[in-house]
Amino acid sequence: MGGYGDVQLLRDDGLRLDGRKLDEMRPVTIEAGVLPAADGSAMVTHGLNVAVAAVYGPMEAHPRKIQRQDRAVIDVRYNMAPFSTSDRIRPGYNRRSREISKVTAEALESVVLVERYPRSKIRVEIEILAAEAGTRCAGITAAAVALADAGIPMRDLIVGVASGKVEDTVVLDLDKAEDNYGQADLPVGILPNTGEIAFLQMDGDLSPDEYNLAMEYNFKAAAEIHEIMVDALKRRYEGGEN
Amino acid sequence: MSQGQTGAELRLVTPGMAIGPVAGKRIGSGAIAENDTIIATRLGWTKEFNNTVSVDPINSAYMPRSGDLIVAVVAEVRNNLWFMNINGPFQGLLPMSLAPWKVEFGAARQHMGIGDVVLARVQEVDECHNVVLTMKGVGLRRLNQGTIVNVPINHIDRLRGEGNATVQRLRDAADSRIIIGENGRVWIDGDAEGTAWAREAVALTQASGHKTTFEAELSALEQNAPKKGDA
Repeated sequence: MGGYGDVQLLRDDGLRLDGRKLDEMRPVTIEAGVLPAADGSAMVTHGLNVAVAAVYGPMEAHPRKIQRQDRAVIDVRYNMAPFSTSDRIRPGYNRRSREISKVTAEALESVVLVERYPRSKIRVEIEILAAEAGTRCAGITAAAVALADAGIPMRDLIVGVASGKVEDTVVLDLDKAEDNYGQADLPVGILPNTGEIAFLQMDGDLSPDEYNLAMEYNFKAAAEIHEIMVDALKRRYEGGEN
Repeated sequence: MSQGQTGAELRLVTPGMAIGPVAGKRIGSGAIAENDTIIATRLGWTKEFNNTVSVDPINSAYMPRSGDLIVAVVAEVRNNLWFMNINGPFQGLLPMSLAPWKVEFGAARQHMGIGDVVLARVQEVDECHNVVLTMKGVGLRRLNQGTIVNVPINHIDRLRGEGNATVQRLRDAADSRIIIGENGRVWIDGDAEGTAWAREAVALTQASGHKTTFEAELSALEQNAPKKGDA
């Protein structure tokens, strides 16, 4: 979120550098059940981002000190593969991956019916294979599809989507240049059926009007991604009762 | 599965999807009521039976119930009990008083160690999901031989067939002992050829057990079954 210098992010014709309109999303594809060994899994490509999520459990929570007597704990591990960006990422947990793992777990806890599985653990592994801004959103979307694929009871799916501001203009779904040199980034996790917000982060500054417009873009994109998620889950089991 | 379906079409739903208005209907498993609307909480097929709307999940974890016959694996051993992996969200507890042997305090390890496999029955599940197992009962024992195949929980009925017809057919064709645990573990014990065939048949039943072509596919597979007395 640089927001500095004279990097031109909008073309003279009003479109963005990659030719998208201000409220246009990068192409999204979702596939459910990509990992046969996992209880549930999904792969999301969002622009050049590739996120794979695997769900294991519910299972006995170990070590026992992490158990909750009245609900399951959701153990999320978000990780970017060393080869996911042009600069090699040092393998292992870091401050950023810890933060994203935490906010993702809290977002998922708001939709999963955790009270059904007291003292147990649901393990969610999110691996980012390729990164181009918006990996936490792609990861959350992948995790939601993987949880549904694993048969975990949920109130709703959850869609990760982001808007932001570049050159004093609100745009949907920032790409790498817009993320690096833009003025604001607003990733949110939206429950598409109820319209509730499960997580929201903001980097940079937005006026109330800009915020409202960014959220309007986010809800519109969430509806589109939700359709793709549902289609991916149905496609996995198409051909009748399985 | 479609038996008892009252008019409503069998429909694949995803979590959060509205199934329909509550309108005096009862809410079954896999669904909740929110703002007078029935919402699916699982990926599965909607079902309406006796005025109760529920979702038959495509995939789910094993939830133990009292009386279930299960194949369990010893996960931990204490002086007077064993913690068993029952392929579910919670471990099962087998106290020495419910083991089939006379076990002295501190001698639990002499009877079963970590990794041993047993055929047990769920004795009790309380409201906190504490699961107590028993090995006292006809046929309940340690499984010292054979192999275990894992199948999804929702494929178990398919594997059993009507009145255990399908599993009995597999037993006869493979000339092997086959026990289906409610927890999705299938124990197969026979010679190498019979076991290999049974594994193939279990895989076929999982993949095609619900299709109209299943009978023909199973019959074709039976042609390759190891013949009794061949060895």
